[in-house]
Amino acid sequence: MNNYYVKRTGRAVLTLWVTVTLTFGLIRAIPGGPLEMLRARLVRQGVDPARIDSIIQSRQQQSQPIYVEYYEYMSSLLSGNLGESFYFREPVSKIITDALPWTVFIMVTATIILFAIAVVWGALIAYKEGSKFDTVSSGVAILLSSIPFYVLGILFVVVFSYKFGVFPARYRTSPGVSPDLSITFVGNALYHAALPIASIVITQVGLQTLAMRGNSIQVLGEDFVRVARLRGLSDRRIAVRYVGRNAILPMYTGFLTLIGFNLGGSVILEEIFTYTGIGYYMFEALINRDYPLMMGIFLVITTALVVSVYIADLTYGLVDPRVKSGDSSEAY
Amino acid sequence: MKHTESKTESEDEFSFGAAQSDVEVTTADRLRDFYREFIYKPGLVAWEDNRTRIGATILAVYVFVGTVGTWLYRSPSTNQSERSLQPFQTMEAPLGTTSSGEDVLAMAIHATPEMLIMILSGGIFATALAVLIGTVAGYKGGTTDRVLTTFSDVAMSIPGLPLIMVLAVVVSPERAVVIGILITINYWAGLARSIRSQVLTIREHSYVEASRTMGVSTPRILLKDVIPNIMPYVLVNFANAARYVVFASVGLYYLGILPTSVANWGIQLDNAYSQAGALSGGGTMYQLAVPMIAIMFLALGLILLAQGMDRVFNPRVRTRLAGESESETEDDEDAAAPTEVMT
Repeated sequence: MNNYYVKRTGRAVLTLWVTVTLTFGLIRAIPGGPLEMLRARLVRQGVDPARIDSIIQSRQQQSQPIYVEYYEYMSSLLSGNLGESFYFREPVSKIITDALPWTVFIMVTATIILFAIAVVWGALIAYKEGSKFDTVSSGVAILLSSIPFYVLGILFVVVFSYKFGVFPARYRTSPGVSPDLSITFVGNALYHAALPIASIVITQVGLQTLAMRGNSIQVLGEDFVRVARLRGLSDRRIAVRYVGRNAILPMYTGFLTLIGFNLGGSVILEEIFTYTGIGYYMFEALINRDYPLMMGIFLVITTALVVSVYIADLTYGLVDPRVKSGDSSEAY
Repeated sequence: MKHTESKTESEDEFSFGAAQSDVEVTTADRLRDFYREFIYKPGLVAWEDNRTRIGATILAVYVFVGTVGTWLYRSPSTNQSERSLQPFQTMEAPLGTTSSGEDVLAMAIHATPEMLIMILSGGIFATALAVLIGTVAGYKGGTTDRVLTTFSDVAMSIPGLPLIMVLAVVVSPERAVVIGILITINYWAGLARSIRSQVLTIREHSYVEASRTMGVSTPRILLKDVIPNIMPYVLVNFANAARYVVFASVGLYYLGILPTSVANWGIQLDNAYSQAGALSGGGTMYQLAVPMIAIMFLALGLILLAQGMDRVFNPRVRTRLAGESESETEDDEDAAAPTEVMT
């Protein structure tokens, strides 16, 4: 039991280490390199060539043996120093701390809503298995899953923002709204988050609903449910205590994992809605070849995913006592 | 799913469909001949499901458009018709033209072959690697298992889309085959994990043990005894991987992160969205709609196929009545792992 926790923790640390090393290697593997990109940009801006050379010079680091560079990279990461963004001329960590809460807000809210819908919807379908409701619902669920979230996002922007003007097409809040805990601010933030959240919920709810349906159907077929019926327990009690609990539990790890995966998808989503979360900044970093920012955000997203899966694995045994901590809880 | 479809199809239609399903399902004819009974028979069962039938038909249409269609219909180029033509105005450009006079339908059709190549290369790469790592890890056990499992766990924990984006910037791949592989660069990992857990149960079966005692080599046992048993599951996941390739590649093309040398619906989306003024007027919505529909139907075909075939394999999705009598020895937790949560 304890052995499992130790091993699992080791694996999480190993994953983070591999990712950090990967980013270290990637930055060096990139053709052209950040300085070439910077030079090209300065030339485009019409900066005096002599000044460009001196700027590049000032940024050029003394070339050191690779292991020294690696050591310095690792130690600066551990002290929270992710470097400075070439493009925004700000520390990467500052950009991330400003942007990350917004992305997390969108993705966590969306994932909670979509799971709430999926659990209720899936359970209902399973209960009425074989009915017209089942056929139609399952069909709708599959149809929804065939829409990529960004396609729906684009559609939303075109229809709701530009055609009817009922929802904002960009930014986290309206200009001039100060970020405090006032009702205006929260309301405004929710208003701006509505379309991104809706496009995630609508396109991802289908698969989760089908998963919940599958779980529920399986539980409904179990002996203890039949025994509960024979004992004359109320339908409500059977639905909530017997079927619901057992069907929801397998979805628990999926829930935390999906939040992590959605953070990864934020690059496309936030670009469509011009929502300045980490995904948006990562896109800006990608097109500007701003490697420190790009790698910083990549590391943050990976860490978030690793930690969420780690929590899911460790706590699954707690929420579902049937699972012995061990291989069986490492489902995902 | 409750399978309420009528069983009244004529024998004729049935076999015709089954043959077609085979073409779609196996994708590699070589494999089909080899594992005929492991794919063909489950295929017949799957074909009884409406979802499989519709899915296979949709995919057949895409294959047709991507092969014969591109040959029949002209390639897109600028000024081939009147500019900014609305759809259904002229037979010359049935779905209208862009603001630079490109035939929208031609753009959509000629993006299909590259997409199919991407799907194939990505799907084959992901499933083949997953089968290789999953079966070896599950069958060998011990240190081999630990190393391979840790490897796939690490690969699985790195977020797919950002990794692909970073790699796309570094590699800037031009060829569809490479892009397909790049997109599934760590997609195989989740699948390898669930294959491993299934192999764990298969390796205990008596016929595998018999082969082992007879001194059959490990690769032979894996090829002859183990892999055929997980074939339906692999095919389901091939379809899921393919859908992931569609979503990810179009998204990356839309963002302009992948090189635009290859025609793609994502580029079409981007052009319609950012250049053609689909936002301001609304009159150019058709330019957005065409690639959107192309993407959604392809994804729908793949998802229907996967769901339909899933019935053959996954005890969780079987009906209650059938499920009761099944002895479910599989590791349910792993079998139910949401391998397709990545979007």
